[in-house]
Amino acid sequence: MLSVILKRVLQLVPTVFFVSVIIFSLQHLLPGDPALIMAGEDKDPAVIAQIRAQYHLDQPLPLQYLYWIKGVLHGDLGESMRLKAPVLELVATKLPVTLQLACMAMLIALTLGVSFGVLCAVYKGRLLDSIVNVVGLVGISTPNFWLGIMLIFLFSVHLGWLPASGYVSPFEDLGQSLKTTIMPAFVLGNAIAGVLMRHTRGAMLQALASDYVRTARAKGLYEHVVVIKHAMRNALTPVITLGALEFGTLLSGAVLTEQIFTIPGFGKLIVDAVFNRDYAVVQGVVLVTATTYILLNLLADLGYILVNPRLRDE
Amino acid sequence: MRLKSSLKWLALAGGFALSLGMASAQTSMRIGLAEDPDVLDPSLARSYVGRIVFASLCDKLFDIDAKLNIVPQLALSSETSADGKEVVIKLRPNVKFHDGEPMDAEAVRFSLDRHLNMAGSFRKPELGSVAEITVVDPLTVKLALKALFSPLIAQLTDRAGMIVSPKAAKELGDKFGQKPVCAGPFKFVERVQQDRIVLEKFADYWNKDKINFDRVVFLPIADSTVRLANLRSGQLDLIERLPATDIKDVKANAKLKLTAVPSLAYSGITMNIANKEAGKTGLGLDPRVRQALNWAIDREAINQVAFNGEFTPGNQWINPSNPYYQKSFPVTGRDVKKAQDLLKAAGVKTPLTIDFMVPNNPEARQVAEIVQSMAAEAGFDMKIRLTEFATSLTQAEQGNYQAYLLNWSGRTDPDGNAYSFHACGQPLNYTGYCNKDVDALLGEARQKGSFDERKAIYEKATKILQEEGGVLYLYHVSILMAHTDRLDGYVQLPDGLIRLTGARLK
Repeated sequence: MLSVILKRVLQLVPTVFFVSVIIFSLQHLLPGDPALIMAGEDKDPAVIAQIRAQYHLDQPLPLQYLYWIKGVLHGDLGESMRLKAPVLELVATKLPVTLQLACMAMLIALTLGVSFGVLCAVYKGRLLDSIVNVVGLVGISTPNFWLGIMLIFLFSVHLGWLPASGYVSPFEDLGQSLKTTIMPAFVLGNAIAGVLMRHTRGAMLQALASDYVRTARAKGLYEHVVVIKHAMRNALTPVITLGALEFGTLLSGAVLTEQIFTIPGFGKLIVDAVFNRDYAVVQGVVLVTATTYILLNLLADLGYILVNPRLRDE
Repeated sequence: MRLKSSLKWLALAGGFALSLGMASAQTSMRIGLAEDPDVLDPSLARSYVGRIVFASLCDKLFDIDAKLNIVPQLALSSETSADGKEVVIKLRPNVKFHDGEPMDAEAVRFSLDRHLNMAGSFRKPELGSVAEITVVDPLTVKLALKALFSPLIAQLTDRAGMIVSPKAAKELGDKFGQKPVCAGPFKFVERVQQDRIVLEKFADYWNKDKINFDRVVFLPIADSTVRLANLRSGQLDLIERLPATDIKDVKANAKLKLTAVPSLAYSGITMNIANKEAGKTGLGLDPRVRQALNWAIDREAINQVAFNGEFTPGNQWINPSNPYYQKSFPVTGRDVKKAQDLLKAAGVKTPLTIDFMVPNNPEARQVAEIVQSMAAEAGFDMKIRLTEFATSLTQAEQGNYQAYLLNWSGRTDPDGNAYSFHACGQPLNYTGYCNKDVDALLGEARQKGSFDERKAIYEKATKILQEEGGVLYLYHVSILMAHTDRLDGYVQLPDGLIRLTGARLK
C-alpha cells in the first residue's frame, strides 16, 4: 500500500510542473505589455525600461520562467508589481476570505439543494415537485450579478438590513461578518443549490425504486426511516462528489460575486491583477489554486485506497 | 423585585445608549473609490485613484485652488531667478510628519532626491529638469535647474511635491508604501488590500483646525451601481466617479447631493498619422481627411446623448473654462457638406474605411457608436474594434490602429496635456505626428515664465494642430461626485481629488 501511495505522491511532481508551465505561458500569451501598464499615464521610456529590467521582462520567456520557478521553489511567489507586496502575503490574506465565503455558500447550497431534492423525489409528480423544479431552474439560470444587485437594492437600499458591500473578518466581529457575507454566499449558493437539487432528486428516485428500499418497506419500516436512513444515504454519494467539485470551483474565487459585493477574496485579486497585467499575482494565485486542486484530488485518491482494499494492490 | 430588575435593565440600556453616543461622537468620513489604489508611496505610485488617498495623507509643497492658481501648502512661497535656472522655495515653519519628525529643508531635499533617484520612481520624468537640490537654511531649499522649465511648480502640486518623513523612508525602504508617513491631515492606520484604507486625524497637523473628521475610510467598490447603492443606504458619505447616467437618480434623492466640476481631462480621437503602416492610409492620408472627420461630428449631440448634457464639448487639450483655452478657435458645429467636400478635395474614395479602436467599456462604446453614425453620413466607414484597455495601449504604441478613442486625465499645467502628445517622438505621441515648428513652439512654452507669453505661443501651436494635428478633441468630462446632504463645506477642484480640509458632517 505504501508503494501505491508513494507512486501517487511522485506523480504530483510532473503534474505541478506541467501546470506551472501552462500558467506561465497562458499569462504571457495575453496581449498588452505589463511595463506599459505599470509605467503609469506618462509612459516615460526610461521608466518603462527600468520596469522591464526590474521584473526581467526584457529577458527571453524561458529565462523569465526560470526566474519565477526558482523563486517558487524557494517559497517566494514573487512581488506584485502594482502593490509592491509579496504575492504569498496577498494569497495568505485572501484565502481565508474566499474560504469563508465558499463554506457559507456550500452550506446554503447543501441545505437547500439536498432537502428540496429529497422532497421532490418523495412527492414526485405532485404540485410541490413541479414548483420546486421550476424554482430550481430559475435558480440555475439567474445570472449572479443580476441577483446580487437585486439583493443589494432590496436588503440594503430599501430595507436597510444588510450592508451593501464590504467585508468584516469573523475574528473581528462575527455578527457583522455574517451580515457582510450572507448575501454573496446566498448568490453563490443559489446556483449550486439548483444543480444539487436536481441531482439529489434523480439519485433519490433511483434509490427509492431499488430492491433494498422495497425490502425495507416490506419489513414494515416507517416511510421516513426508509427515505432518510436507507434511500438517502445511498443517493447522497454522487451528490457529495458533485458538491466537492463545486466547492473546488468556489475556492478559486467567485469573480463576479466578489466584484459586486466588494469581497476582497481571490476572485477580486485575480481580476485586478489580470487587468493590470500584474503577472506575479496572476501566476501565484493560479498556481496556489491549481496545487490545492491537485492536492485535494490526491487526498480523494488516498481516501479511496483506504476505503477500498481492492485498490491497494493496483 | 420586578421593579429592581426593570431598573437594572434600564440602567444597562442607558449605559449602552451612552456608549453608542460616545462612539458616534467620533466622526468618520467614508469614501467610495472606483478602484483599489496601487502602492501608497508618492515616488512609486502611478494611479489616479491613489492620488485621491494621498490628498488626505501626504501634503505637497504647493497645491491648486478652484481657479487652477498655484497656492502654498508645505511651502510658503517660491522665487525663480531671472535666468530661470534657480528656484528658491521657502517652507512653512513648525510642520511635523506623522511620526513627529520635523518637516524641514533637509526633509524636502531628501524627498525630492528620493523621487529623482529611487529605483522604480515614477517621479523622475516629472522632476527631470532639476539638476541639484541644496539646503540653504532649515526652512529654505534651492533647486538648480538644467534649463528653465515653467511647469515645474505645477509638478510640485502633485505627487512630485509630496514630502515624506526621511526617518520612516530610510527605515522602510521600498516597503514605505505599506506604512506611509507624510505630513498630511490624516495619518495612516491600516490597509486591507482591495477592502479598505483607514486614516485617522493627525493631531499635530499644521492646519488641524480645519480638519473636522476623526477618521477617513476609503473603500474601493468597482461596480458603480453598488457604489451608489452604498451611498443611498447610508454606508458611504461620498462616492467618486458617478456615471453620468446616474445623475438623475442622485438629483431625485433628497438625501443626496451632486457635485459636478469641469475636469482637467479630455476625451478625443487619436488619429494615426505616421505610426507605422496603418498611418499611411485612412486618416493619415491627408490633413483634409482629418478635418472632414472633425466637421462630421456634432460634439454637443455626443454630450446630450451619452452624458445627459453634463460634460463640456471641447476642441482643445484644455476645457473652454481654462485660462489657457484659445477663444480664437471655438468649438465648431457640424457641417456634413463641408466634410464631404473636404474628402472629395483630398481625392478619397468613399466610404473610407477606418479601423476605430475603442476601449471596451459602456461609456466609450456609446460615444464610439455616435461618432460612427455621424461620420457615416460624411463618407466614413468607422469599423469599431472593441479592445480591452491594456491591450489597446500596446496596440496604440505599435501603431496597430487608425483611430483610437482615448481619454487623458489631464494635468494642472497645459504642458502636461500637450507636449507628450504632439511633440516628435514623445512617449504619448501615438499618432506619429512630427512637425518641427510645433516642437519648437511647445518647447518654447516650457521656457517662458509669464502666462501671456505662454498663451500666445500655445495659440500658434493650436492653429497648426487644428489644421493637421493627430488628436480630434471631443469633450471634457466633469468630475462627478455624489455625497450625503450631511456633508457640508466640501469643495471640488478640477483635478478630481478629494480634499477634506474645511468640510464637515452635519
